[in-house]
Amino acid sequence: MTAQDKTWKQISPAGVCWKPSTDTLTGDWKTYTPVRDIQKCTLCLLCVLFCPDGAIKWKPEKGEKGDIEFDLNYCKGCGICANECPTKAIQMRLE
Amino acid sequence: MSATKNVTKQEMLALNGDEAIAYAVKQSDVDVVAAYPITPQTIMVEKFSEYVANGEVQTEFVCTESEHSALTACLAASATGARTFTASASAGLALMHEMLFVTSGCRAPVVMAIANRALSAPLNIHGDHSDSMVERDSGWIQIYVENAQEAYDSVIQAFSIAEDAKVLLPVIVGLDGFTLSHTLENVLVLPDDVVKKFVGTRQFSKVMNHEGKLVPFKLDPENPTTMGPIALQNYYFEFKRQQEEAMQNALRIIPEVHKKYAQVTGRSYGDGLLDDYRLNDAEIAIVCLGSTAGTIKTVVDELREEGTRAGLLRIRTLRPLPVQALREKLGKVKAIAVMDRSMSFGSGGGPVFHEVRHALFDLPTHPHMINYIYGLGGRDTSPTQMRKIYEDLQATLETGRVRSMVNYVGLRE
Repeated sequence: MTAQDKTWKQISPAGVCWKPSTDTLTGDWKTYTPVRDIQKCTLCLLCVLFCPDGAIKWKPEKGEKGDIEFDLNYCKGCGICANECPTKAIQMRLE
Repeated sequence: MSATKNVTKQEMLALNGDEAIAYAVKQSDVDVVAAYPITPQTIMVEKFSEYVANGEVQTEFVCTESEHSALTACLAASATGARTFTASASAGLALMHEMLFVTSGCRAPVVMAIANRALSAPLNIHGDHSDSMVERDSGWIQIYVENAQEAYDSVIQAFSIAEDAKVLLPVIVGLDGFTLSHTLENVLVLPDDVVKKFVGTRQFSKVMNHEGKLVPFKLDPENPTTMGPIALQNYYFEFKRQQEEAMQNALRIIPEVHKKYAQVTGRSYGDGLLDDYRLNDAEIAIVCLGSTAGTIKTVVDELREEGTRAGLLRIRTLRPLPVQALREKLGKVKAIAVMDRSMSFGSGGGPVFHEVRHALFDLPTHPHMINYIYGLGGRDTSPTQMRKIYEDLQATLETGRVRSMVNYVGLRE
């Protein structure tokens, strides 16, 4: 607890969030980090669809064909992307 | 009942307690009812589903697969701003247990009627207070009624209490299973438009959302908010303290709503928290909940005829417990019997006894206090038994000592 934590009189009822959940960087919860083999990746974007945290972003402006980007600030290392990747381009590596 | 000048003309209907509640819900402009039937509450759901089928209400009626789901549906609907009602009893309420805390924690003003019934085992469908007594700490307001008329009146009041911005807590209205739920009474009902005006529409206070905007306190796609998410060591405690504050506010709001309602109907039950009967100069008194008060009143009248200064205090609102008011009402009584229609195994008395004794601990008069556990599983409670309790109290006054602190009424020894 810190000095800027609010008192019970200052907070909204029912746990209503008064700041965005993105203020909490949940990426530091992870044990495993996704690492992509760019040679195997076909940019099918299944990982983007499956990521439960929206931590894999599609960046159409990157490169010639566009590219994906892992946002490690929010990736919890669940490994769903690696599991779903049809070409096994994503490996989970111990941090 | 007290007469007032501007009392609304009312119609008298023959209703049992459950039907009286269904009728009150029908008139209270309720958006969502999600419920699952269980004896002795079934008639409420059954009757209300008839209103839905006949097009008498616009309410969304959700038939769920369990009581846990029924309350979850009510909570979700309530969070979006809907006025919601559900009803249950016994094992059904027990199955809701987890969601009772989620509902109060989310500050959802759900109203629920409980036709109080015993808990298994052994299986018993009849009336006692075991089911709602164990939910005293779930953050719900609890109102116990004496008759079908009060059941009708209390449900209407419950919406106004629950939705008050200073309260925002769910409310249980408890009526004794079968004794009230299934017994036909003459019930005075208000015209539909008067009830609709009394309960009004739900108002929403403003809360700060995650975008730093002040938005109405409800789930609304136009003004998104998140309710009841995770709060760990750093904030959980603060939210619980807010709920206690809401309970303390309810001690003020319940009598306010009750008074406003009395002006419309001419009916009142004490101040809405405590309902006393010939207590002013009483030396001995019984404290009880629910329908038993009716039986005790006749005994009090008999004793008064005989010159005994006997009185009765019915706790109408058990949560929040009117601690200060209990001290004031019972401050001059010398010997007090507390009636418990449920058990708190191994704790040395019933739950109502514990609560009243706690409230009176600091009284300089230190009244004698005796606990009577009675009526479990629907066992009948007679005026003769109640008279015996007053005689015990009288004997305690004369001898100056309590013979036995915890007693069982009508039990075969």
